[in-house]
Amino acid sequence: MDEKTFIPGDFKSDQAVRWCPGCGDHAILNTLHKAMAALGVPPHKTAVISGIGCSSRLPYYMNTYGFHTIHGRAAAVATGYKVANPEMTVWQISGDGDGLAIGGNHFIHAVRRNVDINIVLFNNKIYGLTKGQYSPTSDRGFVSKSSPYGTVEDPFIPAELVFGARGNFFARSIDVELDTSVKVLEAAARHKGTSVVEILQNCVIFNNGIHTGITDREVRADRTILLRHGEKMLFGKNMDRGLVQDGFLLKAVNVGQDGYTLDDVLVHDAHTPSNFLHQQLAMMDGHELPLAVGVIRDVEAPTYNDGVSQQVEEVRARKGFSKLRDMILAGDTWTVD
Amino acid sequence: MLENTNVKTLDKVVVRFSGDSGDGMQLAGNIFTNVSAGLGNQVSTFPDYPAEIRAPQGSLGGVSGFQVSVGTGVHTPGDACDVLIAMNAAALKTNHRFLKSGGVIIVDIDSFKEADLRKAQYSTNTPFEELGIKAQIVEVPVTSMTKAALADSGLDNKSVLKCRNIFALGLVCWLFDRPLESALHHLRKKFVKKPAVFEANAKVLQAGFDYGSNIHASVSTYRVETEDPRPGVYTDINGNTATAWGLIMASEKCGRPLFLGSYPITPATDILHELAKRKDLGVKACQMEDEIAGVCSAIGAAFAGDLAVTSTSGPGLALKSEGIGLAVMAELPLVVIDVQRGGPSTGLPTKTEQTDLMQALYGRNGESPVAVVAPASPTDCFTMAFEACRIAVEHMTPVILLSDAFIGNGSSAWRVPDEDEYPAIKTPDVPRELLENGTWRPYMRAEDLHRFWPMSGTEGATHRLGGLEKDAETGAISNSPENHEKMVMLRRQKVANIANDIPLLDVCGNADADTLLVGWGGTYGHLRSACDELNAQGTPVALAHFRYINPLPANTAEVLARYKRVIVAELNTGMFADYLQCRYPETRISRINKIQGQPFSVSELVEKTRKIIEEA
Repeated sequence: MDEKTFIPGDFKSDQAVRWCPGCGDHAILNTLHKAMAALGVPPHKTAVISGIGCSSRLPYYMNTYGFHTIHGRAAAVATGYKVANPEMTVWQISGDGDGLAIGGNHFIHAVRRNVDINIVLFNNKIYGLTKGQYSPTSDRGFVSKSSPYGTVEDPFIPAELVFGARGNFFARSIDVELDTSVKVLEAAARHKGTSVVEILQNCVIFNNGIHTGITDREVRADRTILLRHGEKMLFGKNMDRGLVQDGFLLKAVNVGQDGYTLDDVLVHDAHTPSNFLHQQLAMMDGHELPLAVGVIRDVEAPTYNDGVSQQVEEVRARKGFSKLRDMILAGDTWTVD
Repeated sequence: MLENTNVKTLDKVVVRFSGDSGDGMQLAGNIFTNVSAGLGNQVSTFPDYPAEIRAPQGSLGGVSGFQVSVGTGVHTPGDACDVLIAMNAAALKTNHRFLKSGGVIIVDIDSFKEADLRKAQYSTNTPFEELGIKAQIVEVPVTSMTKAALADSGLDNKSVLKCRNIFALGLVCWLFDRPLESALHHLRKKFVKKPAVFEANAKVLQAGFDYGSNIHASVSTYRVETEDPRPGVYTDINGNTATAWGLIMASEKCGRPLFLGSYPITPATDILHELAKRKDLGVKACQMEDEIAGVCSAIGAAFAGDLAVTSTSGPGLALKSEGIGLAVMAELPLVVIDVQRGGPSTGLPTKTEQTDLMQALYGRNGESPVAVVAPASPTDCFTMAFEACRIAVEHMTPVILLSDAFIGNGSSAWRVPDEDEYPAIKTPDVPRELLENGTWRPYMRAEDLHRFWPMSGTEGATHRLGGLEKDAETGAISNSPENHEKMVMLRRQKVANIANDIPLLDVCGNADADTLLVGWGGTYGHLRSACDELNAQGTPVALAHFRYINPLPANTAEVLARYKRVIVAELNTGMFADYLQCRYPETRISRINKIQGQPFSVSELVEKTRKIIEEA
């Protein structure tokens, strides 16, 4: 393979970044450049495909193959792209409106097919580019320009959709958690199959502080947990809180109190095929239980693009036609002299 | 380029019912005959009983048949049938030889289980292959559907099974548009003393009819005949298969793999079926989650460097509009196949029309020109699918191919083209020196205004495309008013320039006539037959048939100007006539239109043309 090493700058285009000052997208863009450099896949073997929305502007800021498509359809474009050219490392950039509202159908089907693409879902629970309407991840009762009296609908939890579509890779990060973001983006790219990375992102203009209840520096250690495969599920400022099994559910305990010892604390296994525990971990919302970041599920499974390529190869070899004409002449024909 | 193609409305169709002697084939056949006679058809029947009164069930000796020919000019029950109904494996074995080439077989697939095959003395578990059947086979679960329809009837199993024949009758009534009221009338007479049996049969008749409607079952009641006098190897081909093969030929000629993103829709689905089979030729056929994903996956494949196609019918084309607009903006090669059916909305899914012309030309937001071509016959689908790909690739534009249900399902003899009969398609690769000195930009253009098409993965060719307007020079996002207008005009001119790269319009018939008949797309066979007939009867007419719709052939104005009177015949309310009229306002255009979901008939074209000429 390519021996060359890359620096984040190799993946930056010459275009001026046009997001609002203070927008969480800037941080995600930088972490993506870093993750790409760490992966070592050259820019010309990398493609970034997006739909429409603030986050979907991202391809213009990449020195890779890039395609800023139409609202909601990036997963379908990326699927065709990957099947046509499986050599490329394909990233799909999407927001909560683009990916889960207008593009919800393509999202679940890409995950179900397990196309080898990396979907980065910027979740700011708002429509930014159209100036502040509620999104499919906005909480019930959320007040916005299009819900002046509060919404009367429940939100999607992105992870739940991924598991519902039988997804094999789900990770989460927060825009300000740079190291975690780089690590999960890299893990997503290394995973073969559809990887979904949800990044909680702050829209500084229309939904400023939507995640602060969880992400603020003062509370973050207690309200989030970084999951690492093979390690104990510990969190808190002093890493003295842990997750334990409580019947079929999870419970947060103080290690050393109420009879709980370190042995009771669960060890994270991202690779176990069953998604039962992964789903419970992903559904933790930072209130009773800490919000999980890091790679929650990472399970190998056959990919759609490999399936297409392998079937083509196998059938070609079996039938042995080299051209259309061979195939036609092998069928029912007659000759006119 | 067009071969002499004639379309004949079948004066008569021959249907053969076959099954076990206990299956009631004679009753089903008789009712179908009586219903047809009631519609004014001539009929001729041939009951074909087994020698044994009750041979063992499911055995070859126990097969009973009933053949009927209905229509006009019917003098015999016919030598061979257009549609064969085989209620079990034994019936198929003894009767498949009565089927005409191009005919359709309907089987009760529930009666092809291992035991059934053994009783009928098959030596394998693949009866269709064992018999070497190449015809279209419609597998219908007649037994289980009959049972399901009568689940609450209170009838015992044996009585229920006796109604299978009427399910098959219902399906045949759907295929040939026979009214159920009349069939019910005959059933009522038959079972006047057994009201419960009548009720059961009535229910099953409706169920069979509805099943045909639900699966969009159709058989062609027209025959398209091509007279290609050239020696060579021939095969029977229908328009949808020809379309699929034309795409494969184009892929071979441009050296890029063929990608199809599609979603099932009547009457275009057979293109997806054929290309899915052609994985043996390297085709990547993907059935996507919806029509939009069909076109979008194709756009992704085009960006990656494949020859990319999506196939659909009118409602699907509507869903793909935004995607096609993206391909217009990104200037990617994309072939969109629309096998037109009756509309609007769900309309008449199995019937033919030419009502998507305006949608193809204009059905997108913004100034969004695409090339549009339309095959003239089932075999011409091959050529025009190839042409659609050639234009898309060489001119970097979406191309819409307007086929229709009539030519898509219609079949005809076709001479297999020689290896070198179709030209190489030149992919617009980025000039090497531009890549090497780093000066290439994505919207740089060749002389005829097409941009270049780098394969993804090429070093030095990374670039970003998108639906936002781009600067004509740098390819960066641009909001400049002047730049936008410039780009609109460039995209428009690029498509207009295709006129220099397509054949001139041919005129056939009596070129010196005062009257020019004009048609486009799938009506060619009928128009050609009508033109020949008019000239033979002493009414001189010429015929110009359009297969290139946008842009029009370069000599269009000159051809139209040669005639005093132009008559545009089409299966819509006058879309192509309007299109020509606004381009060539000085042309005197008369119109012949039909919007019944049916093709023209030659006789109506002759009559209406003559009337227009006489009234002038």
